[in-house]
Amino acid sequence: MVEAVRIYGHLAAARVRADWQYRTSFVLFTLGQALITFLDFAAIAVIFGRVDVIEGWSLAEVAFLYGAGGTAFGLADCFISAVERCSQRIKDGAFDRLLIRPLGPLLQLSAEEFAFRRFGKLAQAMTVFGIAMAAVDVDWTLGRVLMVPSMVLAGFAIFGAIFVITSSLAFWTVDTQEFANAFTYGGNFMTQYPLGIFAPWMRRLAMLTGVAFVNYVPALYVLGRDGERERFGLPAWTLFASPAVGLAAALIAVWVWRTAIRHYRSTGS
Amino acid sequence: MGLWWAVMKRSFRRHATYRGATLAGLFTNTIFGFIQAYVMLAIFSQRGDVGGFDRQDALTYVFVTQGFLMVINVFAGPGEISARVRSGDIVTDFYRPVDFQAYSLALDLGRAMFQALARGVPPFLVGALVFDLVAPSSPAMVAAFLLAAVLATVASFGFRFLVGLAAFWILDDRGPAQILGVAWMFFSGFILPINFFPGPLEAVARVLPFQVMLQVPVEIFLGKYTGAGLAGALALQVFWVVVLLGAGRVVLAAAMRKLVIQGG
Repeated sequence: MVEAVRIYGHLAAARVRADWQYRTSFVLFTLGQALITFLDFAAIAVIFGRVDVIEGWSLAEVAFLYGAGGTAFGLADCFISAVERCSQRIKDGAFDRLLIRPLGPLLQLSAEEFAFRRFGKLAQAMTVFGIAMAAVDVDWTLGRVLMVPSMVLAGFAIFGAIFVITSSLAFWTVDTQEFANAFTYGGNFMTQYPLGIFAPWMRRLAMLTGVAFVNYVPALYVLGRDGERERFGLPAWTLFASPAVGLAAALIAVWVWRTAIRHYRSTGS
Repeated sequence: MGLWWAVMKRSFRRHATYRGATLAGLFTNTIFGFIQAYVMLAIFSQRGDVGGFDRQDALTYVFVTQGFLMVINVFAGPGEISARVRSGDIVTDFYRPVDFQAYSLALDLGRAMFQALARGVPPFLVGALVFDLVAPSSPAMVAAFLLAAVLATVASFGFRFLVGLAAFWILDDRGPAQILGVAWMFFSGFILPINFFPGPLEAVARVLPFQVMLQVPVEIFLGKYTGAGLAGALALQVFWVVVLLGAGRVVLAAAMRKLVIQGG
């Protein structure tokens, strides 16, 4: 595990050095990523220019959701999302190369396509998260303080798992990248709002895919919204279930990925 | 004319080949439509009117927009032309005994026509099954919308063509292209309708060209313009089409001069 992290670091650093050769583009790209997500949040700010609350949530509370979900997604986007490129590699036959090296293909893929510019997105989400934590009206007990890093790590695992599982589809059908976007980017989009605004089938889907446990369910605990938990019939223990969901998601993702690799047939020649 | 029609038809067929990708994209557009629709419902549970839109307008806006995205090709940015500049393939484009801008436009219209049929209509139909949406009130309004959609596509092409040519001067243009892409998404009304913006921000959006690529045609679909207002909206689109295509010609001429020098 330590060895794997060390190798990941080396490969990612090599990638950053390569990108840094085009400095202007590198800086503009990183800025652009931060700007894209900033506009994401601008949309929420514009909405709160028109209404005071969304489903009973104030701007600070929605910003808390946004920051927590965005930070988790940003981490997965930085360190895992490059696995999406496997469909390209399969199409052009370059995936074989990953298989003959003495290192897991998942690690190679996510490190080789590591993109520092994605930190722009992560930095923006963390900024919103920090400001939101200062702005929400919460009595910061030890349990609530500890919940913050644990929900972010769990969210990272859940989004990372969604990236890996949807990318694994490429071993069966190569042309369906956009299908994955509905779950990855769509999942991130959903975490920006209180889950209560969505239709019941969408809420169930968010529970089933783990997206609800990225930020909404633990946020109910941090923000002390017990009434809302009861309204949706969630038992109290679910408030603390995120780390378990994250772990389960990661294990399922590794299993799906391994099954997919076993299924792999090279494009040949 | 026959030539351009032939180019368009082939471009249409080329894009029609990717059935799996089309289905996957449709699924994603529809899911995003639903997420946005429920955000709109949450807003309209608080108040009945935002910037002249009621609940039904806002829901319709969401699904028409999701259908429109691929037609005006927001996500592609200037990709294709700048990639051809970087690889040098652009030279073969210049060899052809046809006008490069017109040829690229014909290709893009063929693509847009396929996207309009395959990905434009279905999200709206699915949305209409679940929500009560607005439809244009008369055949004349349908015709006005179709005209506006064509003008929006041409304006969008003009913008992408112009930005793509920047690759002649900056080799790796992904950074600037991305920032322009962000401005495009925000000020076209893709993220939120621009009439939801606070006054000064809306004023900025209304003088930029991006609104004629999305916001204006969708407003026409909703029947927000009639009579002289409708003529004015279409005239504004024509104005931006002329400006963007004209600027594209000027920059293309400069790029071709530069290319001859390099190849000298």
